[in-house]
Amino acid sequence: MTGEFFINTLSLGSLYALMALGLVFVYGILKLVNFAYGEYIMIAGYTMFVLGTYTGVPWYFTMLLAVVAAAFTSYMTEIVAFRPVRTKSMSAMLVTSFAVSMLLQNMVLLVVSPRARAVPLPALFNESVVVFGVTTPLRNILTIVTAVVLLVGLSLLMKYTVLGIAMRAAADKFTTTRLMGVPANLVISVAFIISGTLAGVVSIFWVSRSASVDPLIGFAPLLIAFIATVIGGMNSLTGAVVGGFVYGLLFNALSIMLPASMLNFRDAFMFVIVILFLLFRPEGLIRGNYTEERVG
Amino acid sequence: MSENTMLSVRDLRASYGAIAALHGVSVEVAEGELVALLGANGAGKSTTLKSICGVLRPVNGTVTFMGEEIANKTPESILRKGISLVPEGREIFTSLTVAENLRLGAFASYKKARYEADLEEMFGLFPILKERLHQPGGLLSGGEQQMLAIARSLMSHPKLLMLDEPSLGLSPTMTDQIFELIGDLHKRGTTILLVEQNAERALEIADRVYLLKTGNIEFAGTPQQMESEVDIAAVYFGGEDAGESCEVVS
Repeated sequence: MTGEFFINTLSLGSLYALMALGLVFVYGILKLVNFAYGEYIMIAGYTMFVLGTYTGVPWYFTMLLAVVAAAFTSYMTEIVAFRPVRTKSMSAMLVTSFAVSMLLQNMVLLVVSPRARAVPLPALFNESVVVFGVTTPLRNILTIVTAVVLLVGLSLLMKYTVLGIAMRAAADKFTTTRLMGVPANLVISVAFIISGTLAGVVSIFWVSRSASVDPLIGFAPLLIAFIATVIGGMNSLTGAVVGGFVYGLLFNALSIMLPASMLNFRDAFMFVIVILFLLFRPEGLIRGNYTEERVG
Repeated sequence: MSENTMLSVRDLRASYGAIAALHGVSVEVAEGELVALLGANGAGKSTTLKSICGVLRPVNGTVTFMGEEIANKTPESILRKGISLVPEGREIFTSLTVAENLRLGAFASYKKARYEADLEEMFGLFPILKERLHQPGGLLSGGEQQMLAIARSLMSHPKLLMLDEPSLGLSPTMTDQIFELIGDLHKRGTTILLVEQNAERALEIADRVYLLKTGNIEFAGTPQQMESEVDIAAVYFGGEDAGESCEVVS
């Protein structure tokens, strides 16, 4: 029981951490909560559906292309939708992100279908393995391993590459970073590409839970990512990761502790916790030390 | 425009919304010169620097740097042309280490072969930075942060170094050090445009002076001319009228 809870929480927390991290990458630089983030996850899901159903592309290549599709969509939305309004106002950016979200959802509604589509997954994902005496779906272990690899990779990128240093600087003081000769467009594009890549990876594991994809599949991950960043703190990447794991822990703990009759209200309990955070620790668990400069 | 003019600002107008901050400012800096831009709070000194380096988009006027019009270029491209600003309030990246701050300073002009030598040169100018190399910039004192800000700018090998209020909020000893350093940089041939509240200190080291008052150039000339022709105290206390109320306060 304990072992199972531990692995489940670690797996769910890993996935939530990646979701939150993708959202915070763009927020850190632009101070924009990108509501189109869930749609990058959806696009990756449909890529897997189309390639897996209609082509003979091997599954690992399908997944790679799904991640590329999400990253590319994210990058394109930055160029086409966000860049033109970037200097206008925060409200313009926020409304634009809603518009992008709606457009992508409706595009899929029109082109594919409003109904869910089955996504073929490799048998590998449904196998079970025994880890530390606990039988668990291999998917859970894959989620944890992928998250660890990505988190380590991203920390190395942020810490040891010039681009990473520039990204951190831009999240701290955007205009001053430009005064160092760092192009604003470069930093913002990279943030969107990393955000989209994370959305693509999240999509693989999120879609594999139900083995299907529908036009609204991105909403729940967006909400989870948002709540996780509220818990962990909007102003640091570490905060997003911590928030993701704490959210996973709270969610699983509630699932176990709540009586069966109350289980339907699990989300309500989650939101109570979020409200408590907003009231008593609005800056989240990890404060971060970024100033609140906006992009003008 | 003389032959070795490096920067020429003509009839620069800038405004924050409906409020005009600069009403046609013209400034010239020749190669190797140290030019000081003086004036009271709100005179438009920082606005002038921000317009030159592209942070603000001027409403009107031209900014010519080494024969090229740069008034509507982005901050990152203006830096690449060779103008570096040490911003007001230092604007250190507080969460980045001193080393990372310096590395970003060299972002646009990074050459592996000379980077180490550049760093050593900075450590020669500012030994404290070497000691604090792996500490976050936010842990440095105000004076150390100012040194880091100047070193960070110098890492880009600027042709023109602009300093916005480098002595603001520093102790008298630290102010001495910073002004001594600016003088040294000037002697080594760096072209400098200096904005200062501390007129007395700026006049000691400047080749030429501009005096800004409510968005207009009030005076231009040498420090000697300025000291004999302009009542500096009156400028800083906002003219004769304000001077009287100051007396009441003191």
